[in-house]
Parts: sequence; C-alpha cells; structure tokens
Amino acid sequence: MFKNFMNWIEYRMPFMEKMNLHVMQYPAPKNFNFWYFFGSLAMLVLVNQILTGIWLTMNFEPSAERAFASVEYIMRDVDYGWLLRYMHSTGASAFFVVVYLHMLRGMMYGSYQKPRELLWIFGMLIFLVLMAEAFMGYLLPWGQMSFWGAQVIISIFGVIPGIGDDLTLWIRGDYVISGATLNRFFALHVIALPLVLVILVFLHIIALHEVGSNNPDGIDVKRPNDGTKIDNNVSDKFTFHEYFTKGGKKIIVDAIPFHPYYTVKDIVGVVGFLLVFCAVIFFAPEGGGFFLEPPNFEPANPMKTPDHIAPVWYFTPFYAILRAVPDQLFGAIFMFLAIIFLALLPWLDRCPVRSVRYRSTFHKWNLVNFCVSFVVLGVLGVLPATPTYTLIAQIASFTYFAFFGLLWLYSKNEKTKPLPVRLS
Amino acid sequence: MLKQLLSVLALVASSAALAAGGPAVHLDKAPIDLHDKESLQRGAKMFQNYCLGCHQMEYQRYSRTFRDLGIPDEVGMKELAFTANKVGDYIKNAAPKADLAKWFGAPPPDLTNVARVRGPDWLYTYLRSFYADPTRPFGVNNDVFPLVGMPHVLQELQGVPYKKHETRLVDGVSQEVYVGIVTDGSGELSTEEYDRAVADLVNYLEYTGEPSKLESHSLGIKVMIFLLIFFVLAFLLKKEYWKDVH
Repeated sequence: MFKNFMNWIEYRMPFMEKMNLHVMQYPAPKNFNFWYFFGSLAMLVLVNQILTGIWLTMNFEPSAERAFASVEYIMRDVDYGWLLRYMHSTGASAFFVVVYLHMLRGMMYGSYQKPRELLWIFGMLIFLVLMAEAFMGYLLPWGQMSFWGAQVIISIFGVIPGIGDDLTLWIRGDYVISGATLNRFFALHVIALPLVLVILVFLHIIALHEVGSNNPDGIDVKRPNDGTKIDNNVSDKFTFHEYFTKGGKKIIVDAIPFHPYYTVKDIVGVVGFLLVFCAVIFFAPEGGGFFLEPPNFEPANPMKTPDHIAPVWYFTPFYAILRAVPDQLFGAIFMFLAIIFLALLPWLDRCPVRSVRYRSTFHKWNLVNFCVSFVVLGVLGVLPATPTYTLIAQIASFTYFAFFGLLWLYSKNEKTKPLPVRLS
Repeated sequence: MLKQLLSVLALVASSAALAAGGPAVHLDKAPIDLHDKESLQRGAKMFQNYCLGCHQMEYQRYSRTFRDLGIPDEVGMKELAFTANKVGDYIKNAAPKADLAKWFGAPPPDLTNVARVRGPDWLYTYLRSFYADPTRPFGVNNDVFPLVGMPHVLQELQGVPYKKHETRLVDGVSQEVYVGIVTDGSGELSTEEYDRAVADLVNYLEYTGEPSKLESHSLGIKVMIFLLIFFVLAFLLKKEYWKDVH
C-alpha cells in the first residue's frame, strides 16, 4: 500500500531520488569534528526563529503606539507568550553565535577555497541578510535601545556624500524614526528578509552538495577512479548516488552516507546546543544584559537619550571599526570593507592547501590574530569610547585588516606541510 | 545629516565618559525572594498605598497580581484595587498626567518593568538613600539618583532621613566625617522594619517586571532534565550507528 503510494509519487516527482541524492546516498567525509555541528545548528535556529516568529506575530501590533505594550501583553497575558518571546530573542543571539563559529570553521579548514567560492559567497550573503534581519527585528519591541540603536545605525548611511540625507530619509520613511519606520521594518522583518534568507539557505546547500563537503584535512574524498584498489576504504561498504561516482569514473574515499551517520551525530549536537540554549531561555533570558538590554524594558522615548548607546553584541566588532576611524565617511567605508574582505577570502587566499592543519605556522598565528582582533573589537564595541579604548580599537582594526593583507602576501609561496593521502 | 550623526556620536561619547567617570554608588544587595508570597503581598499593598498615586503599572493587570500572589479576587478588589472597576483592569491611577509632569519636572515613569531597567539592588538602595536637603523643591535629595524630582513618599515610615556627620580624629586632626544616613526617629518604623518594608516593595516590583519568572524556572528544570536524558540516548544511538564506520 505504502509502496504503491510512493511509486505513484515517484512517477510524478522524483522524491526518493532527491532524498537519496541529498541525504541517504550523499557522501560526507567521515572525519567531521566538533566544528561541523554549527551548520545544522544554524538551520535549527532558523526554524526556531521562523516558528516562534509566526506565533509572536499573532499578538504583536506593529505601531509606535502599541508595539511596546503588545510585547508586554505577550509577556503577561498570552499563554506561554514569555517562552515564545524568549525563544525568539535568545534565538537571535544564538543565530549569530553559531554563524560566527560556522564561518570560523570555514576559515580554519579553507572551506572557501576552490571549488567552494560560490558556496562561500552564498554564505556571506546569508550573513548580510541575517544582519539586516536582526537589526530590523530589534526595532520592533520599540524600547529605548531599539529606538536609539536604530537611530545610530541608520545615521551611518547618512555619511554617504551626496545621497546620504535622502537615503536615510528613504530608509526611515520619515524625518525621524517613527511609526512609519516601525511598520516597514516589520514588513521586511517578517516577510521579505526571511523569504530571501530561506532561498539563500537553499542555494547554499545546493551549492554545497554540488562541490561536496570539505573536511578538517582539506583533501578531496571524490577522486578520479584509475582502477587501483584502495585499502581499508570505509566507503566500500556503502552505496552512493551515481551522481557522485559519475558511473564509476570517480571513486569515493573515506566518506560515509550523510544519513544515518551524520543525522544521528547531529542529533547529539542539537541536544548539546539545546542544553545551553534552554539554560539561557529559562534561567537567564536577558543574557547578562547582552541579549535583552535593560534600557529596552523602557518604551522608546525620542526626548530621552539613554546613558550609553551600543548596538547589540553581534554588531559590535563592526561598530568598533566604525568608531575607531576618526573620519565618519571612512569609518563607514572601513566597516563595510571588514565584511567585503571576508567575502573575498577565496581570492585573497592563494595557497593550494586548504586546512590549517597542513599550513605554515605563520598562517596559524595569522588566524589567531584574526580571532583575537575580532573578539577585542567586539568587546570594545560594547564599551564606551574612551581615548584608551579608541586607541586599542584602532590597533585591533589594523590587525583585523592586516590578516587579509598578510594572507594575500604569504599564501602564494607558503611553506606548507605534505598533505595526507587519506582522511585521519 | 553628518551633523546629526556627529551629535549622536558626541552624545554617546560624552555620556559614556560620564558613565565611566561618574561617581559609582555602592548598591546594597536587595534581600528579596520571589517565593515569599507574604512579602510580595505586603509589597503590593505598599505599592498601592504609596506609589500608585503618581506611578502606574500600565502593563500589569490586577487579576494577574492576585492570581500569582495567592490573593482571592474579592479580597484583592476590596483591599488593594481602590481605583479599579474590574479585576482585569490594568494597575493604573487617575492622576492628571500633564500636571504630574509639571509638578515633578518629568512624568513619573511606569513601574511595571522598573526592576528590569534598574535592577532590584538599585531600587532597594535608592529607596533607602533619601536625605534632607533644603535646597531641593521637596526638601530631599538622593545619593543614588542625585537631584531626583521625586519626593520622599515613604518619609512617614522612615522618618526624616539626614546625612550624619561626626567629629573624628583623622591622622591626628579632628575632622567632620560623613558616617551615613540616619533618621530623626519620627517615622512609624524602625530602621530594620523600614529596610524590610522596602525589600517587600522591591520584591513586588521584581515580580511585576517578570511575572513568568518562577514558572520559567520550574519549567526550565524539567526541560533540562529531559534534555540530559535525551543527550545520553542520542549519544548512545550515535555510538551504535558509528560502529559501522570505526
């Protein structure tokens, strides 16, 4: 009965064929480590955001008069409204945590290198849309930090010569941040950007499955089949989709089917993540004032500036670069360059070896330099800009950009270690 | 626009400098316990008697307070909700808002979320840090919130608080030294009783800031236990499957 039904479907739409191609017979390198959890976790958080977002929308009222009160209504009068709201607000921060770690994984193992450039570009586009999505979502509760944080970030666009003023006016839909801004941000936050995000994630995965997953050793698991027997090849035990073996022209080495091996492994990752995620949701939903900022429990008041305005923590590394540059326009340019350079990594890195495991000591230290610069900038972006902090932010901005410049210089003739033949 | 951005950034910088260099007031830890229903009930009563005249809780309903604090609706409506018609009403007053702003220099803030904005320790210290200062319009100033526009509404409980100075020997020279805020004893409560009363009020404000907190904690523990068990099972499942690979 069920089999007949599946055949009926299959005849009209290749469901099992696609499932085999992308899940059951997709070859995934057998040596994925801890760092490979964050892709599936990002997907989990995306689903969490969409589902909790739908339910929040049922009671949220996107108007300057009612937005703050309707959030409080959700917190007090809607059954489990507090849980939905905390899942959504904590989810926003969790999204950036997992995405930043996912990106760092790509940088460590050279996952952006040829032939995965397009995959990386899709990832960077996801990151950009995610930042826009988070920024617009943060205005919706209409608290003090929502209002003033948006004020600061929108005014960044005002430094563009010639069109700056008109551009900010166009973004806000008003001369100040107002109900008009709130309404359009709501529309973009709940419909436009999530749609774009889902499409980009789909493209990201299609691009991934075309070129195949990289791995901590950075060597290929699909190799030309010259007929020689490969010893101890775990892949011999499994059937992979012929799309990957190209009718015997390619041989798959040290890879295993994504399902069930990585699905059961990712469940462990998901539960481990949920332990941390739920601990925050239930016991510390403010995230120490970083996930929900104290001034945001006060309704937006255009007449009263909070003592200290800082964007939410996930924007602060870029915000610190903006503040570190004395000139407004160049500050904004450098802030955007900080993201552009990340997107250009596949072309800045000219080394044929992918994984940090087999690259030069200098590269390892350069990667450490990048991480330290990023974290230092993130911390400074939260803190007020005293002369000392500004100086440190300038140094950290310099070392942040130095990472890319140095990488381009040394990667051409880098002294690398010999690559292993098989996955470790 | 550039000017606007500059002014915003300048504001940020200057206020940040203030925040960094401003006088750091030591905050006393508020001795509060959300499980203590009697304390919460006393706090709710204090709020109704002393705060509601000017401040409101425009996001909290009486019915929610009654339910969470274990007060029967009829008792609550009679003893606490003088100004409300229905148990589902928000905790609001009938004060003329525009006049309040004129009288006190700024509109009295809504207190539903005040504990989440300021923190319970700040509130606990603030309400115990008023002192007589004849230069101020209402005759009082506050160490935690200098030049605050609010009068000391709890004065009938605390008495008139003033800053006490003593003559003490400092490095061999006798000097006037500030020793703390004391009251003239004209209040209805002793110092310990007053601290207790303030703690009750702060406890109630902490509750109204997040009425779901206790529910969140008890549900959270169940969720964590479930996840821990699930984690073990998921790990064993993974191990079993991966026998094929290793």
